Amino acid sequence: MKGNRFTYYIKEGIDSIFTHGFMSFASICIIVACLLIMGSFTLLALNVDEVIDTMESQNEIMAFVNETYTDEQARAIQERIEGLPNVDEAVFISREEAWDDFTATYGDPAAFEGLDASVARDRYVVYLEDISRMAETQQALRDVPGIANVRAHLEISEGFVKIRNVVTLVSMLLVAILFVISLFIMSNTVKLTTFERRDEIAIMKMVGATSSFIRWPFVVQGLILGLVGALLGYVMEWGIYRLLTEKLIAGSGLSFLTVIPFSQVALPILAAFGAVGLGVGVIGSLMAIKNYLKV
Amino acid sequence: MVQFTDVFKSYENGAKALRGVSFTIRDGEFAFLVGPSGSGKTTIIKLLTGEIAPTDGKVLVNDYDLGTIKFSRMPYMRRTLGVVFQDYRLIEDKSVYENVAFAMRVVGASNKEIRRRVPYVLELVGLDKRTKRKPQELSGGEQQRVAIARALVNNPRLIIADEPTGNLDPARSLEIMMLLQKINELGTTVLVVTHEKELVESFSKRVIAIDGGKIISDGMGGYYNYER
Repeated sequence: MKGNRFTYYIKEGIDSIFTHGFMSFASICIIVACLLIMGSFTLLALNVDEVIDTMESQNEIMAFVNETYTDEQARAIQERIEGLPNVDEAVFISREEAWDDFTATYGDPAAFEGLDASVARDRYVVYLEDISRMAETQQALRDVPGIANVRAHLEISEGFVKIRNVVTLVSMLLVAILFVISLFIMSNTVKLTTFERRDEIAIMKMVGATSSFIRWPFVVQGLILGLVGALLGYVMEWGIYRLLTEKLIAGSGLSFLTVIPFSQVALPILAAFGAVGLGVGVIGSLMAIKNYLKV
Repeated sequence: MVQFTDVFKSYENGAKALRGVSFTIRDGEFAFLVGPSGSGKTTIIKLLTGEIAPTDGKVLVNDYDLGTIKFSRMPYMRRTLGVVFQDYRLIEDKSVYENVAFAMRVVGASNKEIRRRVPYVLELVGLDKRTKRKPQELSGGEQQRVAIARALVNNPRLIIADEPTGNLDPARSLEIMMLLQKINELGTTVLVVTHEKELVESFSKRVIAIDGGKIISDGMGGYYNYER
């Protein structure tokens, strides 16, 4: 009996897709379009995140040690600095190392004649865990005894954080809006089917069909449309992403950007597309059929 | 069995459709429910099929209390009923056989049960030679027979026929009534809702007459005294 019913649900669901071919086609197109936009923005957000992560790891605070401190005293501060919240690592650079680095960077040794490492300060290069808390860490470093000055590029860190927040917010908003739009279209497609079959549904109710028995074929219909849309959307997203990353970016001088390879996100994207397709299909169908099951 | 006990029904627009209706139809009985338009007949049918709930009073149908029944139990109550409508309400793109089998399929009957039961019922209503026809290829009387077969196929305890002869000529009407009488003789309770006086009077059955939302007479022999 269970097998009978299962076959019935599948058969009715598939029949309905072909009976309302145009609306089914339109639903799939809308799901594909929405998923492509959702997917593209999600991938953009992931890539922006990746670029910012890379830049973050290169962004550092320079903490200069009081020049009256001896080498030993200066090195002794390291533990204190690394104990501060949000500090990932502190690398000590002695005044000699700093001087060598400076002269090597700026060339012409003649320009530095008469000067030696004593003009430089011992320092720490401090790497952070979270770039958005740079200002607070800068202040904490200033309060460490023995630290004379702290240099941090707050404007850069704020810029990174702002870009990430904007991209994430826009992506989330778009994903939410497009999900609702897809839901609406799917619901209307199934609603059209239910409207055409309202007499049949009324007869089913009259002879004692349960609500779930009436509901399932419509859910199957939505589920199939959602899954087909998700699969097509996924294949197209893959193609577009590869085209953009491999052909356009590589050939346009933007190759310094860190781009996430599609293979790295293929499974999560497939899962997300599948989930959205299924969700839109099933929830849309349930919304459409709801009113007919009240009696 | 059907039991109405002091049933009142008011609609949201304030219309009072039933005003203290009480009657009982025992198992195996054949009864007519008669009355003019707007008398409350349709409300009684809607109450019997669970489409609406009483405002006050008690409606018992085949051991289900329709005032307190849970929504999830309603399909199971409806499986004890067979309903026949004036406009047949057949599915146009399904054959005669499929229309009847459909009623069994939606309550979860197996293919084996369907293959056994549907031909029997179609033979009972005299349509065993027209199983592959579509509803539009049949006469009005034949379409109503399909509707009766569909109502009968799940072996209900009660058949409710709402104006079953409303779209038929007198000869076909009589045939349908004879068929309903035959079904009743096989043990099914039958309630026929109609306003066709001649038809009612040609059968010596119990007649419940309603007008203005109240029972105005209830007795045997085709007697009822409303005229509009």
